[in-house]
Amino acid sequence: MSERNLQSNESVSAKAGREEGAMNRAGERLYNGIVKENPTFVLMLGMCPTLAVTTSAINGLGMGLTTLVVLALSNLLISLLRGLIPNRVRIPAFIVIIASFVTVVQLLLEAYLPDLNKALGVYIPLIVVNCIILGRAESYAYSNPPIPSLFDGIGMGMGFTVALTCIGLVRELLGAGKAFGFKITPDSFEPVRIFAQAPGAFFVLAALVAVQNYVKAAGARAGKDTSKIGSGCSHDCMNCSEKGCAQRFYDNEKEE
Amino acid sequence: MESVKELLVILIGSSLVSNVVLSQFLGLCPFLGVSRKTNTAAGMGSAVIFVITLASAVAGVIYKFVLERFHVEYLRTIVFILVIAALVQFVEMFLRKAMPALYEALGVYLPLITTNCAVLGVAITNVQKEYGILTGIVNGFATAVGFTIAIVILAGIREKLEHNDVPASFKGMPMVLLTAGLMAIAFCGFSGLL
Repeated sequence: MSERNLQSNESVSAKAGREEGAMNRAGERLYNGIVKENPTFVLMLGMCPTLAVTTSAINGLGMGLTTLVVLALSNLLISLLRGLIPNRVRIPAFIVIIASFVTVVQLLLEAYLPDLNKALGVYIPLIVVNCIILGRAESYAYSNPPIPSLFDGIGMGMGFTVALTCIGLVRELLGAGKAFGFKITPDSFEPVRIFAQAPGAFFVLAALVAVQNYVKAAGARAGKDTSKIGSGCSHDCMNCSEKGCAQRFYDNEKEE
Repeated sequence: MESVKELLVILIGSSLVSNVVLSQFLGLCPFLGVSRKTNTAAGMGSAVIFVITLASAVAGVIYKFVLERFHVEYLRTIVFILVIAALVQFVEMFLRKAMPALYEALGVYLPLITTNCAVLGVAITNVQKEYGILTGIVNGFATAVGFTIAIVILAGIREKLEHNDVPASFKGMPMVLLTAGLMAIAFCGFSGLL
C-alpha cells in the first residue's frame, strides 16, 4: 500500500516536473519564434506574402493571424502523425495537411470576415506554399512532440504577425499618413503614395535587409554567432530549398 | 473577333500591366535567387513559361471536368497543389528520358519551380476570374512571359551593378531589391496601356 503510494507520489512529482519542463519549453518556443528566429526579420522566409499584403497595418495583421492559425494547427497535426507518415512521402503528406487547413480557414474567412478575405484575395490560398509553414513542419514538428510543436507554430506565427503589422504600419504611415486606418500625421505631411503601392514594398524590404546586414556585420565584429540571420530568400534559392521552399515533391535521391 | 480581342487584353494585362513579380509579388524567390547571370535567368524564364502554361492547362481541365462536375470546388487548393507538384515531377522524368537536350537546359530549374507560388497563383487566379480553359492557358502563358521579361531585365542590370561601388550594408540583396523597386515604378507606366 505504502509502496504504491510512494510510487504514485513519485509519478506525480515526475509528471509535475515534466509539465514544468513542457511549460518552459513552450515559453522557450514562443520566445524563439517571436524574437530569436523571427521568420521575417531574422530568417527572411515567406517574403512573397510579406511584400504583397502589407499595404496597411490591418491587412498585415489579418494575414499574420491567418498564417498563425494554419501554422499552429498544421504543426500540431503533423507532430501527432509523425509516427505514421513514412519518411519518403512526408513532403506530399505535409502539403495535404497544410492545404486542408488553409481551405478550412479560407471558408471561415469567406463566411465571417468577407472584407478581409477580399483584401487578401489570392494570398489566402497561397499560404499553402509559404516557406515558413513547410519549413517548420520539416525542421521542427516532424521530429518533436505535439505540445512544443503547437507552441513552436504559435510562436513563429506571432513573430510573423508582429513583423507584418510593423511593415504594414510603416508603409501605411509613409504612404497614406494613417495608422490602422486613422489619420495621425499633420496636414503639412504629404503622403509618399509610392510606399502604399507595389514599388514601396521593395524599398521597405531593401531597407530592412540593409539594417539586417549592418546588424550582422556588427555582430560578427563582436564575435557573435550570426549564422542564423538571413538564411532565407535573401541569399538565393538554394538556401531556400533547405528550408522546404523549393523541396522536391518526392525526394527519392535523399533516401538512396 | 471579340474573343480574340479579349485574349489580347489578357495577354498584355498579365504580362506587362499587372506583372507577376513586380506588382503581384509571386515567384519572388527565383526572381531574386536566379538572376545573377542573363543566360541562367533566361533558362529559368523558359522553364517557368513551360511549366506555368502546362499547369494552367491541366488545372483548368481538372477544375472543369472533375471539381465542377462533382461540386467539390472548395477542394481546389489541395487538388491544384498536388497536381502541380506531381506534374513538375513527371515533366522532369519525361524530359530526362525523351529530350535530354532540353533537360540539360531546363533540368536544374524544374525542382525549384515545384512549389513556386506563381504556378499555384495563376491556377487560382484563373478560377477566381472565371476564365475558361483556353483563356486560362493564355493567362498562364502571359504571366510566365511577364516573369521572364522581369527576370532577364533584372539579370542584365545586376551584371552591370557588379562593378559599382555600393555602401557595405547595401551590398547584395538590398541593392537588388532597390533595383526591383525602380523596375516596379517603371512597370507602373504600362498601366496606361489598357
